[in-house]
Amino acid sequence: MKTVLRAAQAGTMESNDLMVIVEPGSGGISIDLESIVSRQYGAAIRATIARVAAEMGLTDLNVKAVDKGALDYAVEARTRTALGRALAPETDGGRGK
Amino acid sequence: MKNAIGREIPGETKGQGKLRPFLGAFQGAPETFPRLPPKKRSPPGGNKVFSSLGDLFGDLELKSGATVSFHHHLRDGDAVANMVLAAADKFGLRDLNVSLTGTFAVHAPMIELVKKGVVASLRTSSLYGPVAGAVSRGVFPTPVLIHTHGGRPRAMKNGELSVDVAFVAAPAADRRGNIVGHLGKSACGSLGYAWSDADHAGTVVAVTDNLVPFPLFPPSIPQNKVDRVVAVESLGDPRGIVSGTTRITKDPVALKIAASAAEVISASGLLKEGFSFQTGAGGASLAAARYVAQMMEKDKIRGGFALGGITAHMVGMLERGLFQCLYDVQSFDLESVRSLGRNQNHLEIGADLYANPHSSGCLVDDLDAVILGATEIDLDFNVNVVTGSDGVIMGAAGGHPDTAAGAKLTIVVANLLRSRQPIVVDRVITATTPGETVDVLVTERGVAVNPKNQELKERLVKARLDVKEIDELKSLAEKIAGAPEKVDRDGPVVALVEYRDGTIIDVVRGVSG
Repeated sequence: MKTVLRAAQAGTMESNDLMVIVEPGSGGISIDLESIVSRQYGAAIRATIARVAAEMGLTDLNVKAVDKGALDYAVEARTRTALGRALAPETDGGRGK
Repeated sequence: MKNAIGREIPGETKGQGKLRPFLGAFQGAPETFPRLPPKKRSPPGGNKVFSSLGDLFGDLELKSGATVSFHHHLRDGDAVANMVLAAADKFGLRDLNVSLTGTFAVHAPMIELVKKGVVASLRTSSLYGPVAGAVSRGVFPTPVLIHTHGGRPRAMKNGELSVDVAFVAAPAADRRGNIVGHLGKSACGSLGYAWSDADHAGTVVAVTDNLVPFPLFPPSIPQNKVDRVVAVESLGDPRGIVSGTTRITKDPVALKIAASAAEVISASGLLKEGFSFQTGAGGASLAAARYVAQMMEKDKIRGGFALGGITAHMVGMLERGLFQCLYDVQSFDLESVRSLGRNQNHLEIGADLYANPHSSGCLVDDLDAVILGATEIDLDFNVNVVTGSDGVIMGAAGGHPDTAAGAKLTIVVANLLRSRQPIVVDRVITATTPGETVDVLVTERGVAVNPKNQELKERLVKARLDVKEIDELKSLAEKIAGAPEKVDRDGPVVALVEYRDGTIIDVVRGVSG
C-alpha cells in the first residue's frame, strides 16, 4: 500500500474553489466531501479526486474536501497539489517545492 | 393535473384548498370572493395611541386563527414582525395566518413560533435565510404561498386574502395615525406594499418608534385608514433596513453582461423619448442602468419614468433630467429614502398601482424595458428565481413575474455558470416566471432571444450582438462545467408558487438535509 508521508492541504474557501486536506489513511481511499453543489456534482468531484490519487499511485489515503463550486480542472489541480505536498520530503517543510 | 407550462400541480393542498392551475400569462380570469367590509368608527376626541404592545393586545379583538399582516420595507433590519408575533404568543394566541410581504434572515424566530403552534401558515413574496431553509424542510404545517408583488394586492382587493389586523411599520407617525416612511431613525422610504393592507385590513395598527406632533404631512398612509398607533422602542436595525450606498460592480463578467444588456435595449428601438425602465439592485442590473444612462445622455433622450425598487442610481438619473418621474414601491438605499422626501417627482406608489394584473391598469404594463435576474432559465425561457438548482428555497418571486408580463422588452441577465452550475437547463426546477413573458437572455458568452420574438432577434443580429440559440448556451455551459446530475423532487409539497393572477405556476417539494 502506498500512502502519503504527512497531512497537507491546497486550495481556498473562496467561491469557485475548493480546499483539499489529505492525510495518511488507514486502509483504502476515503473521501469526505462537503460541497454547495453536492446534489449536482458530488459524484463527479469524488471521481476526480479518486482518479488523481490513483494516478499518483496512492492506495491508502484520507481526503477532506470543501467545495465552493470549483470546475473540474480546479478540483484536479487542488488535489494534485495537496498530494504533492503530502508526498514531498520533510526538508522543505512539506511545501512540495 | 398539469398546468399550461407542463408543471404537475395538485388539485388541492392543506390550507389553500382547491388550486387553480396556471393557464397562461394573460389567461387567468379575475375572481371575487364575498367579504363584508370592516366596521370602523373613531369618535372625536378618541385615543388611538398605546404605549406598549401588551396594552395594544389587551385592546385588539384578535383571536386565535386570525390573519395578521406585515410588510418588508425594513428588510433584514425588521423587528416589527418578530415583536408582534412574540407578543401574540405571550397573549396566548395560536394558529395565526401570517402575510408578510418579504421574509429575511432576521425573521428566524418565526420558526420556533411555527413549531409552537403560534404561526400556522405564511404568505410571502420572498424567502431568505433560516425561514427559507425551514420551509424547504417542511417545518410549516401547510404549504407556504409564494406570491408576486402584484398578486398580493389582487388577493386583498378581491377578498381572497382577508387580513384581520395589519401591522404597519411606521418610521414616523402622529397620534392620529398619519404615517410617513422617509423620516426617523428607522427611515425606509416608500411604504408601498402596506398600502393595500391599510385599504383592506379589518384593523390597521401603526407600529412606530418615532411619534411626532400632529399633523404629520403629507402622509404616506393617512389617519382615516389607521385605527391604532403603538409606540415601541425601535422598529429594527438601521443597518439592515437600508444599505448606505449601492456600489456599481467591478466584476468584469458582470460588466460585460451589463454592457450587452444595454446594447440589447439600444438595438431594440425602444430607447427613445419617453423611455420607461425598471431594473433591480443586483450587480449586473445596476451596471446596465449606468450604461443606459450614458446612452440617454449622449443621444439627449428624456425618459418617461423609472419604476420599482428605487436606488441612488435612479435618483441620479431623475435629478439629471433623464426621467420625468420615479414611481417608488420600495426604496433600496439611503439616497432614495432621502430623495422621496426631497424630490416632488419621486412618487411613492402602492403595490396595486405597481403591479396588480386585475386592476384597471398597473404601471408594469407601461414599462418599455426591464432587466431581471435568474437562478435558472430553461429552453422554454421559463425562469426560476425562487429556489436554487438543488430545489432548496432561497429567493423571491417579488416583482419578477409582474414586470416580465408587463414590459415590452424583458431582459434576463445571468452568468452562464454560477458556482459551477449552468444557468441554462432543460427544465427549471421551480418555474416562477413563464417563458412567454421573457424576451432575451443575456450572458457573458452570448445572448439568446425567445423564438416568439423574431423581429427582436433580427435587430440584435443586425446590431452585431453575439446572438446564439438558447440550447447552444446550455451546451457551452455543460462543456465547461460538466452536465449536472438531476435532482429528485418527490418530497411533499412545501410551497406553492402563485402566479400574479392567482393561479399556481409551480410547487416546491421538500428536500431532506
